[in-house]
Amino acid sequence: MISALEAQDLTVARGGRVLFERLSFRVEAGEALALTGPNGAGKTSLLRALAGLLRPAAGTVRYRGAEPDRTSQSLHWLGWQDGLKGQRTAADELRFWARWAGESSPRVAEVLDRFGLAACADLETRRLSAGQRRRLALARLSAPPRPVWLLDEPLAPLDAVWRDRMGELMREHLAGGGLIIAAVHDPLPLSARTLDLGVAA
Amino acid sequence: MLAAGFYAALTALVPLAAGPEPERLALVAPGLAWIALVLASLLSLERLFERDLEDGALDLLALGGPPLEAVAAVKTKAQWLAVAAPLSLLAPIAAVALGADPGLAPVILLVALLGGLCFVAVGAVGAALAAGSRRGGLLIAVLVLPLLVPPVIFGAGAIQAADDGVPGGGLALLAAYTLAAAGLSPFATAAALRNAIS
Repeated sequence: MISALEAQDLTVARGGRVLFERLSFRVEAGEALALTGPNGAGKTSLLRALAGLLRPAAGTVRYRGAEPDRTSQSLHWLGWQDGLKGQRTAADELRFWARWAGESSPRVAEVLDRFGLAACADLETRRLSAGQRRRLALARLSAPPRPVWLLDEPLAPLDAVWRDRMGELMREHLAGGGLIIAAVHDPLPLSARTLDLGVAA
Repeated sequence: MLAAGFYAALTALVPLAAGPEPERLALVAPGLAWIALVLASLLSLERLFERDLEDGALDLLALGGPPLEAVAAVKTKAQWLAVAAPLSLLAPIAAVALGADPGLAPVILLVALLGGLCFVAVGAVGAALAAGSRRGGLLIAVLVLPLLVPPVIFGAGAIQAADDGVPGGGLALLAAYTLAAAGLSPFATAAALRNAIS
């Protein structure tokens, strides 16, 4: 179990430009952090550094309670892209990614139903709407369960009903001891601490 | 499929460009079948990692349990099975159709199978290095073709030796180069992919 995610003196540079310097924060289990800031402030880069996809120029990221080399096993990553192959069906994609994340027998039908995609299970993902594709990408967060969610614009193409529904799912996740860090432009549909990178920089 | 069509079209163009005299064609047929294999193998390399990088799937693959080296090895193997191996089956057919001695077909097939694996293994490194750059296809060709010079020479040598009826030739060297390329390729490819997503 992860007790906290810590960033210490984090400096991230992209293409020779320093996005932010000596950024330190700590997110406890059960807490949500919303990263805000103008386009290009470094929200995505910060998320990628936290996930271990991007090596920071300086500073460290620590997952308290995780084995040091296996931090990627405690997190779910949802980038601004959905990571879905257009010619494969929704069920196939969900099954593949759940297996990839280590779930041996994913309950695909149940998860699709929970995300309102039961009718789309056998549709190729390129035939889905942007909101449906996003919901399918979000469905990956529930199979298998992992404590840390790193989300980049998770709710952008969703309608009001599904924003609220995702708010509920996120609250459930936090109540179960998970933690969420999300880059957002609109406020998250739950109470969250805010880290404004525009101000930090 | 597309690469196979390209291969067939390329070898069919040869008599039109080089002249239809059977003696002249028979002389160059094995070499042409061989060089067409190199070009056709390069054709679909651009999409090996580019799509995964664009749609974000590569990030998820990088964060999964198995290391990126395994991802690179599996994708390279899939590319060989789906593209290079069928092309290798076409190579002896194309060579014989152009007038090569049918007795050479088994050697050409063996060389093409080995060479196809080698081209894909080296090509995967180029594809990973070029991922994320514009006009990646051209970049891959420029990066990869110089590295394919030795196997092309070994393969041509092996076919020539078989034609002359002497044993050996470049076959052992081609096999060695292919083994080394297939063994090292996943590590170089994974390193290049990590660089592409960071």
